[in-house]
Parts: sequence; structure tokens; C-alpha cells
Amino acid sequence: MIRWDWIGRNLDDIGALTGEHLLLTGIAVAAGLVVSLGLSAIALRFRKTYAPITWVTGILYTIPSLALFAFLVPITGLSILTAEIGLVSYTLLILIRNIVAGIDGVPPAIKEAADAMGYTRRHRLWAVEIPLALPVIVAGIRIATVTTIGLVTVTSLIGQGGLGALILRGLGTFYSPIGTTQIIVGTVLSVILAVAADVSLAFAERVLTPWARRREAAA
Amino acid sequence: MSFLADVLAWFADPVNWSGSGGIPNRVFEHVQLSTFAMMIAALLGIIPAVILGHARRGGVLAVAAVNIARAVPSFAIIALALPVSIALGLGLGFWPTLLALVALAIPPMFTNAYTAVRDVDPGVVEAARGMGMTPAGILAKVEVPMALPIILAAVRVSAVQVVATATLGAIVAWGGLGRYVIDGFATRNNVEVFAGGLLVALLAVATEVGFGVLERLVEPRGLRMLRGQEQVVRPAPT
Amino acid sequence: MGSRPPYPRSFAPAVLSPLQSLRSLGGTGRLARVSDVMISLRHVSKTFPGGTAPAVGDLSLDVPRGEIVVLVGPSGCGKTTTLKMINRLIEPTSGEIYVDGELATSVEAHLLRRKIGYVIQQIGLFPHRTIAENIATVPTLVGWDEQRIAERVTELIELVGLEPEMADRYPAELSGGQQQRVGVARALAADPPVLLMDEPFGAVDPIVRSKLQEELLALQDRLRKTIVFVTHDIDEAIRLGNRVAILNVGGVLEQYASPAEILAEPANDFVAEFLGSDRGLKRLSLIPISTVDLDPGPVVAPGGTVEEARRVMERYGTDWFAVVDGDRMLGWLTEDDLRGAATVPRSGRRFRAWLTRSSSLREALDAIVSGRTTMAAVFDGDRYLGMIDVDTISREIVR
Repeated sequence: MIRWDWIGRNLDDIGALTGEHLLLTGIAVAAGLVVSLGLSAIALRFRKTYAPITWVTGILYTIPSLALFAFLVPITGLSILTAEIGLVSYTLLILIRNIVAGIDGVPPAIKEAADAMGYTRRHRLWAVEIPLALPVIVAGIRIATVTTIGLVTVTSLIGQGGLGALILRGLGTFYSPIGTTQIIVGTVLSVILAVAADVSLAFAERVLTPWARRREAAA
Repeated sequence: MSFLADVLAWFADPVNWSGSGGIPNRVFEHVQLSTFAMMIAALLGIIPAVILGHARRGGVLAVAAVNIARAVPSFAIIALALPVSIALGLGLGFWPTLLALVALAIPPMFTNAYTAVRDVDPGVVEAARGMGMTPAGILAKVEVPMALPIILAAVRVSAVQVVATATLGAIVAWGGLGRYVIDGFATRNNVEVFAGGLLVALLAVATEVGFGVLERLVEPRGLRMLRGQEQVVRPAPT
Repeated sequence: MGSRPPYPRSFAPAVLSPLQSLRSLGGTGRLARVSDVMISLRHVSKTFPGGTAPAVGDLSLDVPRGEIVVLVGPSGCGKTTTLKMINRLIEPTSGEIYVDGELATSVEAHLLRRKIGYVIQQIGLFPHRTIAENIATVPTLVGWDEQRIAERVTELIELVGLEPEMADRYPAELSGGQQQRVGVARALAADPPVLLMDEPFGAVDPIVRSKLQEELLALQDRLRKTIVFVTHDIDEAIRLGNRVAILNVGGVLEQYASPAEILAEPANDFVAEFLGSDRGLKRLSLIPISTVDLDPGPVVAPGGTVEEARRVMERYGTDWFAVVDGDRMLGWLTEDDLRGAATVPRSGRRFRAWLTRSSSLREALDAIVSGRTTMAAVFDGDRYLGMIDVDTISREIVR
């Protein structure tokens, strides 16, 4: 069913699309993280803004990506910008929820101890709260990354898409074995990317949070 | 501004309100297929989840299901469903879309229903057993009612995902509201694209809100008082 | 009859640390001169937003330099609020607080706090930092160089009785008692003159708590910090405090005096009730044996007759007697030991433990009661001083 010879002949093309897929994902998650950190900072500083922020990002999350692209295409065209705006908007809900939950989850006693030892508010945030929130924040980044890798495929419909473009090409010739091969290759590589990204981030988290690992060992 | 005026004109055009390509028929197609998919997926996802949750077995499966569902793009599932459907002799359009949506909706419903039943307060279950209730009685009268809010929330988030993904059915020659967007892209008709996007977004939000209302109506009153933060795992957006 | 204990049971449990004995003597009200005041609260009150009644209302209190002052009272008495106002974790609604002569609000809060150690029940160690890094927190904040910090950390780990190899572990790898020792070390790190402790030993089991209390007193004997200590446990307050401030709901100061004074003369019914019905017994723990008259006890000189030994035992109602040569205790014997002997020998069974002049009457009572007898022997080093009996002790309770 799979035409291995086609794969062999198109390795360069497949490689390029995989690279494009990673790039689209990387930009989206990085930009999403920046925006989310900013919005989380506002939500944490002014608690009343948290509900409206999650409400708006929740609506964004609910709107199908195709609809979101449909709103953006008349403005930003069939461009990478359209794709990224859409992709970023889907990372916000997950990232903001996890950042706020992570910071909120730092035990009050630890924050009080930091205050009592003479940390300033800003110093406490960077030296105590963010490191301790890291596991929850990284969990959010993992979900956002995996989700984005999947969503990138949809951007093929607006002329981007990385591996999604391969799948879309396959759909165009679905009646041929090459079409099926393209769909399967695009899907499998996309899943591999998602799993690899998830595992890498999990590994990065372990490296960044040695104390959590030791606790497991002690427990 | 003229663009928005064009969109309004598109909605005002009687041509877009009649026939197989009209808005009523497209909405009907979209809702019909989504409903079928949800009913099948609920049957196949929730029932085994409730039984396994009652037995408190299969936790690995529940975790795996949601992770796999996240890693496999919905777009790819739709695309994969096409050759499968062709091979089964079911053809284009309705069947590959239905297959894909069912496959998509099962994992989140399974995982959420499983955790909901498994995490029912063990003290309550033990009390029920202590009063002499049978396992079936405990399941039907204690565990399922107590898990109901989360199960319903799981149905809601799955329904939203199904409605969203049904839009992509247009790429495998299904009708539904996705047609406007996909056809609009193909013909570079931004007005149609935008109008289609608006309809899809409205339907998705309406699904979320509608199921939310339903949840509140069905939920046992005693549990409503216990309602905390939403604990349901959301599937990836489409 | 079962087997006899290897020594008169009345002496058995009187194993005392030198510290305990020392503390038993302390606590009698040495009032500080005004210049010796380290922390001064002047008409301090705190009303929380939304609260109707003040949590603390118009509280004035002086904490003398180098002493342990314990704030004690029922829940809702504002003791923790009062403590947290000193390092400004809670800002007072009105009134002034002076730390070491300076108005607490005259410096930025975080600078003030670096000079005040703080220990809480939940400990609040940073789980992402090693023990050494936790202890180094304040020295790092105030900019000590690495060498000095490393030396200080090593010194403190030893001071609080932890193993040096624990330095590189994470808090989660330590037991609760060890974590609290780290908490104390962290609070002491930059050598602050003032230490605030909020129920620091509340979460550990009674045996560990007692040990930590003892260690705190030992530390305090060396360091002479000004410590404000919050607890709801009156026994802990009596044991640790040079002075005890008994607070009532709303931060009302009912009595502020040495433990001995409070136990001897509760200011009012609230204080008396808070002290509990065993107030007399608690008071005994503050009175050293040296303040009461001792009885010679059932003693016989070596070479004395068996008849004499029997008479002594009968007079004192005991089944044993002590062989004493002048002021040297040679040991103890029972009637069985005299069978076949003509006179009392120059030997006896060794005493395994004894009360000293500085032991408290509470300890003496404990020794007597758990020995199921009526008296216990008191020594000064090797010198036998006499016996203390239940009657003597009960006269002190009533006094």
C-alpha cells in the first residue's frame, strides 16, 4: 500500500517539509509563551483580569481553526502570519492556565518564608515562584507544543502547513497509491514530531528541576 | 468597511439560503453528521470507560488514549479516513468524515468518563457497599450520578471538537459549513470564506454554550453545590 | 513477688540533662531596664479588611534584649498577627513598633526582614534548593562573599546538629525534625539579633518537639538572641520563656511576667483557667530542689547494726536503706541483703541516676511517683545531700 520508492525519491522534499513544520511550531509556541507570560503577569498582578482573560482565550480555543483562518485571510492573506496568529491563539488558554496555576500552587508558607527573609516581590517571583512553578508550566508547554504540531497540518489549507502540505497533496491524488503514501508519511512524521517534542521537553524538565527527581527517589 | 458590507450582502443574498448549497442545508448537514458521530462515539467511548472506571482498572489506557489523541492531528485523521473509506467501498464525503469524527471523539470521552467514575469518593462507594448495594447498583445509583457532571463536560468538549473538525470534512468532499471556507479559498472569494468562518465559529460556540446549559439542567442538585474548577481534559483544538 | 529492680525505683527516672536543670532555675523575673529593650510595641492594633473587631487592639509590649518572650493564648488571640507585625509581614493599622530602637516602618520592609530571623511551623524551606543553598539565602541576599557563606553554612549545619553530608540534599529528602533544624539554621544564617518563631515545633511529634525545645534552649544559651516565640501550648511557653505574654481574644494582654510569677499569681480568672488545673504541678517545674529543706532519709553508716537498719526502714516506711559514710553514698541495700550479716557492710548497689540541687520539684515528684515510693535522693556532684519527700513537695504546691 505504501510506495517506498516514492519516499526514497522524495526524501529531500519530505525533509524540507518536516523542517518547515518544526519552524512553524517553534515560532508559534515561542510567541505563544511570550504572550502568555505577559497575560499571566497581568492576571497574577490584577486578579480580577484572570476570569476575562481565560474567557477570551477560551472562546479562541473553541473557535475551529478553519474559521479563525477564514477571519484572518481577508486581512493578512494566505500567509505565514495568518498561520502563526491562528497557531499562537490556540496555545494561550493552555499556557496561561498552567502558568497561573503553577504560580498559585507555590505553597503560601514558602512565599511567606521568602518574604520574611527579605526578598523583594520581583526577586521572589524569579528566584522562588517561577522555579517552583516550572513543572506545571512545562506541562503546559508540552501540551501546547503537541497541540500546535497537530494544528500546523491544518495551515496547509492556507498555503503553509509543513507536513500538512504533504497530506493535502495526497488528498488531491487519493485514488493513487502515491496519494495514500503521502497521507501516511505526513501523518506518521507529524506524530513522530509530536512524540519527540513531548519527550524532549519532559527531559528538559527533568534537567531543570533536579529537586523533583530527588523527591521521587526519596519517596 | 466595504468588505463587511459585502459579507452582509452575502448573508442577505437569497441564493445562499436555498438549495443544497444554501445555509440551512449546510447547517443541517453539519449538525446531522456531528450528531451521528457523537452518538456512536459516546456509545463506544463512555460505556467501556464507565465499566473500567468502576473496576478501577485500565488507567494506563486512559492516559494513552488522550496522549495519542493529542499527537495525531485531526487533519491527518480526516485524510487517513479517506483511503480507508475508499478501501471499504464507502466512497467520498459522508463516510470518511463520520469515521474520522468517531475516531476523534472516542479518546477524550473515554479518558474523561474513566477518570470521572474512578475518582468518585471511595468513602461514598464503601458506604454504599456497606449498606448492601450490589456492584451494579453502586454503578447505576452512586458512581454514574456522581460522575455525571464530568461525563457531561466531556461530552461537551468532544462535541465542540467534533463540530470543529466536521468543517474539515469539506476536504474529503463532504458538505457542511466547511464547504464555504474551502470553496472560498479555492476561488479566492474572501467574502464567502469569512461568512463561512463566521457560521462555523457561531455553531462551535453555540455547541459549547448549548451543552453547558444542558449540563446545568441535568446535573444532580446536590452535586452542583460541590462544583469546583472544571476537571475535564480538553481535546486539542482543530 | 516479681524480681526486684536493680536499684531503688525512686531513683530510676531522674535522668536530667544539665540544660533542663539550668532552665529550671531561670525564668524568675529579672526585669530588664528600658535601655535593654530590643523590640517595643506601642499601642499597636490591627484590624483586617472586612473584619469588624480588631485582631489586635492597642497592644503595648517590651521584649528585653537577649530573652525569649513567648506569646501564648487561644486561637484568635492575635499572637501570630502580633508576631508578623514585628517583621511587617502584616502592617499594623495603628501604633508603632521599634526594633533595636528604630521605628520598623522607617526602613523598607525587605531590608528590615533581613535582620530578623523567622521560623514557622510549615518551615517553608525552598524545595528547589539544597540544604546549603537554603541556609545561604539571607547571606546571599545581603551580599556576603562565597567563602564566608560556605564557612557560615558549615558552621550552622553543625550548630543545629545536622550531618555535614546533608548540605547537598534537598529538603524533601529530610525528616520533619531535620527540616525544622534547617529552618532554624536558615533563620540564624546572617546572625540576626532578633528571631521570630511561629509555632515552630507544632507539626512534629512530641518526642521530637521536646528534643527541639531542648536544643533551642541550648542554642539560646550560646547565642543570646532576642526571641519572640508564638505557641498555643502553655507547657511549651513555660518551658521556653524567660517571660510569657498571655493574650486573650482580640490581642488583649492579660498578663506579662516570668513563668514563675504567672504560675504563682495568675492575674485573673482567664489566666488561671488558661494555665489549667495542674497549675501547681507546672509551677513545680520552675522550683529547684535547692530552695527546700531536705530530710536525712533512711540512711545507716557502715558498721551499723542490722537492728538499726530495720528501725530506719520502719521509720521511713521503705523496703530499702542507703549506706552513707559521712556525705559519701556507698549504695543501697534491702533487708534480704542483711540476712546472715551482723553489721551493715561498707558497700551497696550503685545508684544509676540521681537528682541534683538544680533539679526541679516536678522532676523530683516524677522520680518519686514513678518509683512508687515516697522519697528520692539528692546529690551535689558526689556529695549526698539528703532525701526529698512527697510531703515537702506538696507543701510547695499549696503555697
